[in-house]
Amino acid sequence: MNDDYLEIRGLTVEFDGFKAIDGVDLTLLQGQLHFLIGPNGAGKTTLVDAVTGLVPATGHARYRNQDLLRMKSHRIVRAGIGRTFQTATVFEGLSVLQNLDIAGGVHRSAWTMLMARRGVPSYVEEALETVGLADLRDKPAGVLAHGQKQWLEIGMLLVQDARVMLLDEPVAGMSAEEREETGELLRRIGHERTIVVIEHDMDFVRSFADVVTVMHAGKVLAEGGVAEIQANARVQEVYLGRTAEEADHA
Amino acid sequence: MNNLLQTGQRLGRTWGPLLGIAIVAIALLVVAPAVLSPFRLNNLGKYVCWAIAGVGIGLAWGRGGMLVMGQGVFFGLGGYAMAMHLKLEAAMATGGPDAIPDFMVLYGDGTMPGWWEPFRSGPFTLFAILVLPAIAATILGFAIFKRRVKGAYFAILTQALAVAFATLLVATIKQTGGFNGLNQFTQFFGYNLYDPVNKRMIYSIAAVLLIVCLVVVWQLYRSRFGELLVATRDAEERVRFLGHDPANIKLVAFVVAAVMASIGGAMFAPITGIISPSDVDATASIFLIAGVALGGRSLLLGPAIGALAVGFGRTFLSESFPDQWTYFLGLLFIVVILFFPSGLGSSWSQLTSRLRTKEVAR
Repeated sequence: MNDDYLEIRGLTVEFDGFKAIDGVDLTLLQGQLHFLIGPNGAGKTTLVDAVTGLVPATGHARYRNQDLLRMKSHRIVRAGIGRTFQTATVFEGLSVLQNLDIAGGVHRSAWTMLMARRGVPSYVEEALETVGLADLRDKPAGVLAHGQKQWLEIGMLLVQDARVMLLDEPVAGMSAEEREETGELLRRIGHERTIVVIEHDMDFVRSFADVVTVMHAGKVLAEGGVAEIQANARVQEVYLGRTAEEADHA
Repeated sequence: MNNLLQTGQRLGRTWGPLLGIAIVAIALLVVAPAVLSPFRLNNLGKYVCWAIAGVGIGLAWGRGGMLVMGQGVFFGLGGYAMAMHLKLEAAMATGGPDAIPDFMVLYGDGTMPGWWEPFRSGPFTLFAILVLPAIAATILGFAIFKRRVKGAYFAILTQALAVAFATLLVATIKQTGGFNGLNQFTQFFGYNLYDPVNKRMIYSIAAVLLIVCLVVVWQLYRSRFGELLVATRDAEERVRFLGHDPANIKLVAFVVAAVMASIGGAMFAPITGIISPSDVDATASIFLIAGVALGGRSLLLGPAIGALAVGFGRTFLSESFPDQWTYFLGLLFIVVILFFPSGLGSSWSQLTSRLRTKEVAR
């Protein structure tokens, strides 16, 4: 096994005595599409927040011999961990190209930051092609469709060389077609990366997940392949059961 | 054809602003000296000093989103550094190399504080004008931005600094001339200040410095740093997740703005012949901000032209209505803030771009 994996041990996040995350252990391996599911308030987003330095946490989150919990957000990004947010947060006034370019700080020295942009760097060109926004490169990001904004964000993670991508509900609000395309995109870029997707949409999870971790009330309830998870009685009880019932009624 | 159009647009984006700077340069360096009386030219020189500080405010506030309400502090650092040197020059011209400023004999015990001593040297003074505000702004900015102080809190903090700075100056009459400030300079680096030719030269130096500052911010605005600064202004938390510490980005803009304010202050002293607490206090800081707000804070030329306009307005109104002029000025600011919140220059470009999109829509 190479060292390109994220290992979380005993991760705990406390808000005023309430444990939003309670001793979570997780190992996220390279080359797999790892899905994080669970009912609202299970602590999925908080987990990503803790690993990316947004909320203080105890325990360990180790990546390439660095403890992420002791690092500041921008250092964590420089170490190769990137994330997206539930609402797309691209720079609406900048063009698609500029959005991708602005994410390329890891490739630049302080001095070149003071220079104007000349031409398109190869890593930006590659990202444009990969996420399929090459035709829209000069459009302001504000006019992109919802799905395209999420792809642009994934493109920005590619430009900033994120080896680990933590995606918070990337397909929420997308059409079935867009979901399909997003899933294919994640498969394409997932081979050489560690990708973690927080998701509610069970169809999407079933179609693309290699490994699923179910969280409930701040703890890991179960982990395994899609079939395994669906067969798990406790998971059915807290999460899938309810949606299955709803599906039956529908 | 389309390509040609795009090339044209690209050239326009690169060279258009430079053309604007060139026009300002010609107006200040060629036209103004030819048509203005020495008295009016000297007045313009004073506005130019405010404009230099205004260019820095445009960078920090317009592009960086930091409402710097206390630029008078940095204006004062440069102004007092220069004034101390001029004061010593004046004293040494009549009293020999160990002479000390007259006010220290008048109000003090006839000894000079040790920290005045290095300002006998011209090169040290120039060095201090650039480095003192940079050091002060770095320490201050580091403390402020790393603690993530922003918005109104940042504005109040910087404003309070200007109040404290002016209060300190007033309270230290033996060291800084107190309420009177520093005045009665006779020479500027060996040049007689009563000679109109030298006055004109000092004006030209100030005008050139303004042009240099405009070129510096032009390069900063078109650089990747400039894009990142605007991104930080609009979505600071997002920038963190691009792998940048927003505090460092803001710090660079804040320090550059401080140095520009200091340069403006340094030229203000020889041009007006005085620097006093009322030139650097909270009110003076607000006047600096007002010019930038009027001209359009996020534009390249807006802050400079706004500062020149406010300077001119102050003189014109105070000469025409000696008693009521501050009311007119207050009214003007209320009108601008109500109807042109991003400045007159921005409103103009917004209007033209709206017209242009309408044409395209047709």
